[in-house]
Amino acid sequence: MIKMGVTIIPEIIRESLNNLVKNGERPDDRSFDDYRDIYLETGVISKAEGSARIKIGKTQIMVGAKPQIGEPFSDTPNVGVLMTNSELIPMASPDFEPGPPDERSVELARVTDRCMREAGVIDLEKLCIIEGKKVWMIFLDLHIIDYDGNLMDAAVLGSMAALMDTKIPEAKVVDDEVVIDPEKKVPLPIKEKALMCTFAKIGGELIVDPSLEEEQVMDTRISIGMRADGSICAMQKGGIHPLNKDEILKAVERTGEITKKLMEHLPQNNQ
Amino acid sequence: MITIISNEILGKNSTSSKRADGRASDELRPFKIEAGVLQRADGSAYLELGGNKVIVAVYGPRELHIRRLMQPDRAVLRCRYNMAPFSVDDRKRPGPDRRSVEISKITSEALMPAVFLEKFPRSTIDVFIEVLEAEGGTRCAGITAASVALADAGVPMHDLVVACAAGKSEGEVVVDLSEVEDKNGEADVPVAIIPRTGEITLLQSDGNLTPEEFEKALNLAIDGCMKLSEAQKEAIIRRYGD
Repeated sequence: MIKMGVTIIPEIIRESLNNLVKNGERPDDRSFDDYRDIYLETGVISKAEGSARIKIGKTQIMVGAKPQIGEPFSDTPNVGVLMTNSELIPMASPDFEPGPPDERSVELARVTDRCMREAGVIDLEKLCIIEGKKVWMIFLDLHIIDYDGNLMDAAVLGSMAALMDTKIPEAKVVDDEVVIDPEKKVPLPIKEKALMCTFAKIGGELIVDPSLEEEQVMDTRISIGMRADGSICAMQKGGIHPLNKDEILKAVERTGEITKKLMEHLPQNNQ
Repeated sequence: MITIISNEILGKNSTSSKRADGRASDELRPFKIEAGVLQRADGSAYLELGGNKVIVAVYGPRELHIRRLMQPDRAVLRCRYNMAPFSVDDRKRPGPDRRSVEISKITSEALMPAVFLEKFPRSTIDVFIEVLEAEGGTRCAGITAASVALADAGVPMHDLVVACAAGKSEGEVVVDLSEVEDKNGEADVPVAIIPRTGEITLLQSDGNLTPEEFEKALNLAIDGCMKLSEAQKEAIIRRYGD
């Protein structure tokens, strides 16, 4: 997400932002561990079985979850499927073009997917209807409508909230046929909570929740996904500059505290 | 900034109307329009009409990178109508299909007559319409919101184009068909107009109508357009004062 299509950042802005961060400050007066204002609303799309609108600062994502019955993968015949897809639609930024998903969009979807999957957010075994034949597939669609930096954290927070909001119809097996009762809705079996925390390296420091302004000048980026119990479930480094081991370990340490605070934005229980 | 009208309140309306949601034949679903809802876009608007939720972003006038589209004497106006995968009952596969390509084309043709394109030669104005939730009549909702977004972007225009559909459902000619009425209905006539002159910039029709019914539908749609037109102006005034 660092490589901007056509936007050119003047060297003078790069330099002044670097100096600002070196002095312990940020353009919008946040501390290094502060997020921008977070706004999260669930159940915003009635046609989707689960949905969320997430805003971190001015970054805005709509997340929708839709279940479908499909065939399980042959190597995992008794577990359901979670599919994450993201679209950086041209509405969100002058640099996004219409067309098939580009590498930024694919990375965003895959990192979000990995974070939810590896954390075991959904008890996928409970989504199996007939082993080897029919399972629930949950399609999670991320619709990025305003891009002002740090899509990763917004995507994971919004996805988590949308999944917690999701209710799927009850499926029963009668004579080897799947019968769906659309009147009876059950919440998705959520067994873990996981969130992501992204740091940008500017002026030798790691700052949390980079805004677009900060992303445009950052040397590199690291996103860390963490479960509620503090274990790391996903990690992704982006950008062309390296990070050293100490920096990474410090980032992991800070992530623990930060994600704990982030969790408070999620709805309390799975309803 | 954005609140959502819940679909449940839509059905509650008394009177003895035959329509599924109890509306009179010339009554629109509840609607609201808001201008300037996005940070990055040059102009944006959000519209709810019944269960439809549509957001529109406008970029431009800006440089056109595709040379073969470039017009030496005016700007091109490109539209992209897109439905979110979660906007409909069965998940829609992401990406353009034949329907959205057609709607994109007629939308840009509906908007173009109102825009002073000749003021921006060799450039482009891009209109991105995203349907977040669909409940019948999204192309009209998209056009109505797109005009507000164009105005919010400061694009000079003769007037705000506005669109509304009418059609025939259960034998009755009615305005602003809901999803149920559209699916079971006999005909659907989306219309877009330039309110100041009454000129029609979009007209489609599918289904069977007698000439009399068609005329009635056209009149109902134009009436609906005029009501929405007021809401468009109010949205701009709310954002920028009078």
